[in-house]
Amino acid sequence: MGSCSSHAASIPDWDDIRRETGFSQASLVRLHHRFRALDCNKKGYLCRMDLQQIGALAVNPLGDRIIDSFFPDGSHSVDFRGFVRILAHFRPVEDEGTGIRDPKEPEPLNSRMNKLRFAFQLYDLDRDGKISRHEMLQVLRLMVGAQVTEEQLESIADRTVQEADEDGDGAVSFLEFAKTLEKMNVEQKMSIRILK
Amino acid sequence: MLRTALPLLGLPLAETEAAGEPTKEPGAPGEPPPGLALFRWQWHEVEAPYLVALWILVASLAKIVFHLSRKVTSLVPESCLLILLGLVLGGIVLAVAKKAEYQLEPGTFFLFLLPPIVLDSGYFMPSRLFFDNLGAILTYAVVGTLWNAFTTGAALWGLQQVGLVAPRVQAGLLDFLLFGSLISAVDPVAVLAVFEEVHVNETLFIIVFGESLLNDAVTVVLYKVCNSFVEMGSANVQATDYLKGIASLFVVSLGGAAVGLVFAFLLALTTRFTKRVRIIEPLLVFLLAYAAYLTAEMASLSAIIAVTMCGLGCKKYVEANISHKSRTAVKYTMKTLASCAETVIFMLLGISAVDSSKWAWDSGLVLGTLIFILFFRALGVVLQTWVLNQFRLVPLDKIDQVVMSYGGLRGAVAFALVILLDRTKVPAKDYFVATTIVVVFFTVIIQGLTIKPLVKWLKVKRSEHHKPTLNQELHEHTFDHILAAVEDVVGHHGYHYWRDRWEQFDKKYLSQLLMRRSAYRIRDQIWDVYYRLNIRDAISFVDQGGHVLSSTGLTLPSMPSRNSVAETSVTNLLRESGSGACLDLQVIDTVRSGRDREDAVMHHLLCGGLYKPRRRYKASCSRHFISEDAQERQDKEVFQQNMKRRLESFKSTKHNICFTKNKPRLRKPGHKKDGVANTETTNGKPPRDLGFQDTAAVIVTLESEEEEEESDSSETEKEDDEGIIFVARATSEVLQEGKVSGNLEVCPSPRVIPPSPTCAEKQLPWKSGQGDLAVYVSSETTKIVPVDMQTGWNQSISSLESLASPPCTQAPTMTHLPPRPLAAEEPQAPLALPSDPLLSFAFPPSLAKAGRSRSESSADIPQQQELQPLMGQKDHTHLSPRAANPRWCIQFNKGGQL
Repeated sequence: MGSCSSHAASIPDWDDIRRETGFSQASLVRLHHRFRALDCNKKGYLCRMDLQQIGALAVNPLGDRIIDSFFPDGSHSVDFRGFVRILAHFRPVEDEGTGIRDPKEPEPLNSRMNKLRFAFQLYDLDRDGKISRHEMLQVLRLMVGAQVTEEQLESIADRTVQEADEDGDGAVSFLEFAKTLEKMNVEQKMSIRILK
Repeated sequence: MLRTALPLLGLPLAETEAAGEPTKEPGAPGEPPPGLALFRWQWHEVEAPYLVALWILVASLAKIVFHLSRKVTSLVPESCLLILLGLVLGGIVLAVAKKAEYQLEPGTFFLFLLPPIVLDSGYFMPSRLFFDNLGAILTYAVVGTLWNAFTTGAALWGLQQVGLVAPRVQAGLLDFLLFGSLISAVDPVAVLAVFEEVHVNETLFIIVFGESLLNDAVTVVLYKVCNSFVEMGSANVQATDYLKGIASLFVVSLGGAAVGLVFAFLLALTTRFTKRVRIIEPLLVFLLAYAAYLTAEMASLSAIIAVTMCGLGCKKYVEANISHKSRTAVKYTMKTLASCAETVIFMLLGISAVDSSKWAWDSGLVLGTLIFILFFRALGVVLQTWVLNQFRLVPLDKIDQVVMSYGGLRGAVAFALVILLDRTKVPAKDYFVATTIVVVFFTVIIQGLTIKPLVKWLKVKRSEHHKPTLNQELHEHTFDHILAAVEDVVGHHGYHYWRDRWEQFDKKYLSQLLMRRSAYRIRDQIWDVYYRLNIRDAISFVDQGGHVLSSTGLTLPSMPSRNSVAETSVTNLLRESGSGACLDLQVIDTVRSGRDREDAVMHHLLCGGLYKPRRRYKASCSRHFISEDAQERQDKEVFQQNMKRRLESFKSTKHNICFTKNKPRLRKPGHKKDGVANTETTNGKPPRDLGFQDTAAVIVTLESEEEEEESDSSETEKEDDEGIIFVARATSEVLQEGKVSGNLEVCPSPRVIPPSPTCAEKQLPWKSGQGDLAVYVSSETTKIVPVDMQTGWNQSISSLESLASPPCTQAPTMTHLPPRPLAAEEPQAPLALPSDPLLSFAFPPSLAKAGRSRSESSADIPQQQELQPLMGQKDHTHLSPRAANPRWCIQFNKGGQL
């Protein structure tokens, strides 16, 4: 416990972060540990390089995009708070928590919508609130093996967009995106157990 | 040859063979041949296979009978019914043969009946779900089964010590542990049979079912260990034996899994090279899986685990390698075999229970066992779940636990194991058998019966079946990648990390090795879903009656055009009708495309409502086979309608030209029409093109008219049969706006038209010519005709009117009708329904008479028929639908003759 408290003391805005992210103390401490481990030069923040050095991310088709999501608005560094805020999306949803939380704050970061929004932003590169066919194609290109030809990819992209597109603008808005997944247990699929 | 087939085909053939080829009789060589027997009964030769076939047949028939009443099967699980049936049959057998026969033999069960079921469940196991929950499954399978076995055994022993079990049950602690080990295992067959009908949510199902599959290893080990201990005698058991027992648990389970995976690898590898011999692909799957089972059995490893792993492991590669048809074959054969085996198992279970010589009753033991297995199962589940929930992302709630406890069904495995006991070593075997039977029956029947209401009552989350959509598939993959990445970032190597690593490995090495190159790309799941969706679309499209090859580019139902209007009532209509195959694609459900819908609706309306052209029947069979009543009613209706219209139109028409002339006459009118049409076009469009088209259209109508006339004249069906062209018009306004340009586009060659008039004339002899024509026009019954065509048609009609040829005018009028009314009208008699005010023509009463006379004369000109093909083709080109045009006319042909 002693080490915990010392950690806690060393983290700025400890309480704010906890409130915002809903992480347990142990999780936060562990994440802070990790944060400092990733932070090579002890600069107190992470830059892209720090995350890119994680070996497995290099082979993750969406790795770069996920790294980018840690650096919103084109910034080049992320402090612990921002780091944790992103990870908070993947905190499991607990049933009891929602009832208490809702009145006070708009929505916890790990709500279904926020989870979906996180995923959506990975697609929506230009941040216009829509996944265009082009963006869909880019994602598909990342995700689908080289065996599938470009033409096939394009037809898949077309079809995927058409499938989700309801208002006929040739792009998938966030609402449409959420709707295509309404049958999926997103809360479960976008959560990591250890991030309590 | 015949001889080899005999055992399969059963008795009847045996008779024929005996009668037909008596010389082949396997008469003993030493004896003198008994002479030529006309009839020989050789039951013993076919007895075994014949009985097998017979039993399977009985079981299958019983299944059919059960499912005759949906009410029964919705309340009572099939397994219960089968057991009850078995009881009845066993009773009958017992009464007839005076001894119990046809029981469930452990050998048969383990070697033949069990493998197909396990293979089926392993092969079709949702692997993702399985591995997602592997931790829980393994816990329940290993810890849970051990717990159940020991607690049940010990509790029973305690019960005996207390004196609640009659002293005649001679069993020590080891015997009870042995019994506990065989009775504790949840049975895959029973679980599958019951849970498949209950439809609980996937997680719950996979946990219970996975447990029932994997606990086989534990059961087998426990059973063997206890059995050997019992045989050794408890005094001789050393401490090392216990250690060996524990070690053998790993050997048996992991060994079984290893055997399964090796065979899965072999199977995948083999199917990679079957390109030239597709026909044996399904066989390979079964053979190698069965080989895995037998190998594991031979090495006394867990055969169930072996086959499960084999199915689980090979599926991905095998499915990619084998052809589409083989896949279907594998699927169906596997399902058939499994269902067959399951049926037989339950039935034989029932039959076996009747044999009272095998079992001895002790109420204390039976009741105690029942209570203990229920109690300890529940207790075990609760304890394990509590531990598991500390680690699970989605905790199993209380309701899940209730269902899991209650779903612990025992079945044929336990029964077969208890039968295998050696009575000399286990003196209480008979009691154990009786108890096992009661337990099995109780769990399968009572629990099986009540679990459905229980699930309903507890409001257990049911599985929701939905078809995959591309978006879901894609996003699911995205989520996986995201989670793997986040785990990396967090620095925790969890499940997602390892799965990601496995997939990388699989992609890099395994798939390269085990999949044929051409199949490699199917492997990609996103592509796979896309592919399947497309196939479904295509099928539904064809089902709808679409022409895939139609000149207009094909619009898939799932690829709706964007210019569609908001959802209309049309959609609902389609849904209700249920015929809109495209709509059952969930994906598309939400996407509307007005035009597609409209098309589909039109199709359906026409298909359902249009009178059936007689012609069609004629082509396929002789007229005598037509169902007369429908036809007659149809004829009558049409006739009446026509007459009414004609009368009306007649009143209003000015032209009273008598049309009585035969073909020669008609030709002239036709030519005239052309000219007239050009001049007369009301809209003032470029007369040339219009005229051409019109003429073509007119020709067609002419024929139909003639037919009508015939029908009118009560010439009846014969004449009616001639090719009829039916033009339906969706919107009446179309007429007004004659779109010449559209017409031009539609019909590639206007020159075609000029000849048409002559063709039409030829057609006049309806009987002979028209049939051909219709055929050429289109073999399909319905077609969508662009509005432009219609306008042309109308114009032609008007021109015809001017010519004052009544029959022509009639046909055009038809076009004006909206599709619905059209449906009501008869295609056979292309009766003109002059609904359109524009077109008014006089129908001379004399025509009808003329029609009759024509019909007689019509038959005589054969040359004309030959010409008609040309006509037809022209028409066809005209009729080809233009996608661009929003409004449509529907043309209805009797495409009979082809």
